[in-house]
Amino acid sequence: MKKVEAVIRTSKFEEVHSELSNIGIGFMTFSEVKGFGVEHGATQIYRGATYDAGFVSRTQIEIVVTDDRVDELVSTLMKAAGTGEVGDGKIFIYDVKDVIRIRTGEKGKDAL
Amino acid sequence: MDVLAKRVPKVYGASYVFSVIVILMMLVTAMPSISYGQGDPTGAKTGTINDVPAATAGQPTIQELGNAVGHNSISINLVWTLLAGFLVMFMQAGFAMVEAGFTRAKHVAHTMGMNFFIYVLGIVGFWICGFAIMFGGVGSIGALGGTPGLTHEITMTLFGKSFGLFGGAGFFLNNNVYDVGIFALFLFQMVFMDTTATIPTGAMAERWKFKAFAVYGLFISMIVYPLYGNWIWGGGWLSALGTNFGLGHGVVDFAGSSVVHMVGGVAALAGAMVIGPRLGKYNKDGSVNAIPGHNIPMAMIGTFILAFGWFGFNPGSTLAGTDLRIAVVATNTMIASASGALFATLYMWFKYKKPDPSMMANGMLAGLVAITAPCAFVNASSAFIIGAIAGVLVVAAVFFIDQKMKIDDPVGAIAVHGVNGLWGILALGLFADGSYGDGWNGVAGPVTGLFYGNPGQFFAELIGGIVCFVVVFGLMYGFFKVCDKVIGIRVSREDELQGLDIPEMGVKGYDDSTSENMEVLPKLETA
Repeated sequence: MKKVEAVIRTSKFEEVHSELSNIGIGFMTFSEVKGFGVEHGATQIYRGATYDAGFVSRTQIEIVVTDDRVDELVSTLMKAAGTGEVGDGKIFIYDVKDVIRIRTGEKGKDAL
Repeated sequence: MDVLAKRVPKVYGASYVFSVIVILMMLVTAMPSISYGQGDPTGAKTGTINDVPAATAGQPTIQELGNAVGHNSISINLVWTLLAGFLVMFMQAGFAMVEAGFTRAKHVAHTMGMNFFIYVLGIVGFWICGFAIMFGGVGSIGALGGTPGLTHEITMTLFGKSFGLFGGAGFFLNNNVYDVGIFALFLFQMVFMDTTATIPTGAMAERWKFKAFAVYGLFISMIVYPLYGNWIWGGGWLSALGTNFGLGHGVVDFAGSSVVHMVGGVAALAGAMVIGPRLGKYNKDGSVNAIPGHNIPMAMIGTFILAFGWFGFNPGSTLAGTDLRIAVVATNTMIASASGALFATLYMWFKYKKPDPSMMANGMLAGLVAITAPCAFVNASSAFIIGAIAGVLVVAAVFFIDQKMKIDDPVGAIAVHGVNGLWGILALGLFADGSYGDGWNGVAGPVTGLFYGNPGQFFAELIGGIVCFVVVFGLMYGFFKVCDKVIGIRVSREDELQGLDIPEMGVKGYDDSTSENMEVLPKLETA
């Protein structure tokens, strides 16, 4: 099993959510994150002094899937979350040692 | 982030019962009635000669009738003064919201705590001796029924003239001043004093030790504010420059551009200078970092609350609802608030291409501060001009103080209250048009300014401004220096970086569960 972690634009989240539902992936964890890379945040001006916030806000999605679904998931993510502009984000893929459902104790693929 | 949720509530049973009840109520009230019983639905028959206090009900003597008229007259004045005072009290909430909104979230319990507690300390200090020092010798205020007991002013004789220095009656509102008019005066004047006292909490926010602030609260309410206030409103020497030296009507300040706002602004200047700038505000090369406030909506609601409360501040200063000049005062106040905000916004738009909301708010407040002295003595066009100049002045002053003088004032208190407080009394000296104020400060004739042929008034106002600055700055700078030596007025570096809420107040203003308030610090140079 693999964990697919994607940092995407918050404005693209709804589209990503619905595209993933269409391919049958209806489970994920998401959170609001801050960070910076090429972009450092919009320039603001407050009482005559310009400054940039120093960070941009993004949404991070984490989905654990079986190995056979990873490629489909990644390509759907890239299609739905991309705009072609700097700041679209990144996808990270990790190995997952095990998955356990808390309610029943099921392990591995049965817990997904 | 919105995650669309779909829920459809089904409450059919309740809505049917509700509709039936409403229809029944409509039917019952629509039923025609023959008579209204003994009630008076229009009010035309309520209040007759039978309600005039008289030995024989319904047949008052001319004496009794006269008493009733006089009593009602004073009643209107007293009720008006109290209601106006209640409005000004609400300005404390306005100041609290403006300051909290323009400062950072990690200090919010401390900022709010100062703004809350200053109200408490102010009342106590003013009750102990502040009111007595300020108004102990003011004499009889006719509008409030004569205020008997305020007849002890300590004076000094200079150049053959009597110089009123401070009052000495009414300590702890003792039984010698146990009078309804005096109590109304106390309440009204107390909330004005508290407006002054809360101004430095803005300039010194985010680094002031709460303990040191508490000592300050008592000092300003008991000594500094009452002293200058006595000189202008308590019958002291600045108000007597007219009767003593022929300078117009002496220093005239209708609702307190100098007594309240300039005193507060100058105290704020002294405090900000002694306490020093916030960490991270200025870089070693002298460049300035912006430290944005955390809640613009809060600050703007606070500004509206202040503008609303100002309708008590200015018109209330007649101390008389029977003085219908209150209509002119209130409208001039409103006009200046608008032109102040407009011109401040235009200035920012022009210079930086964006209408900064914090400057919009400061502009409105500047206009209000500036019109506070002249509001009763000028016409509407003058009010507009005074506010407009205030709007431009406040923006220029913020930049000058922030970037040239390198004095860190998180909310612009010095620019709004100090600079425009001075402009307010000078504006009175220029624009007073002679339509009001006959007999003010014991000088016959209405109050007129330089533009209407009376340069003496302008010079009186100028003297008032200079005295205000020298005395208040001297006292407050000295006080803050001594306070700093004895107990220290600034928090530690660690506390300031972490947030003052826990170290100073013991609680966090906002709970930490959302990441909204996480701050990205400006560049900090390790000293």
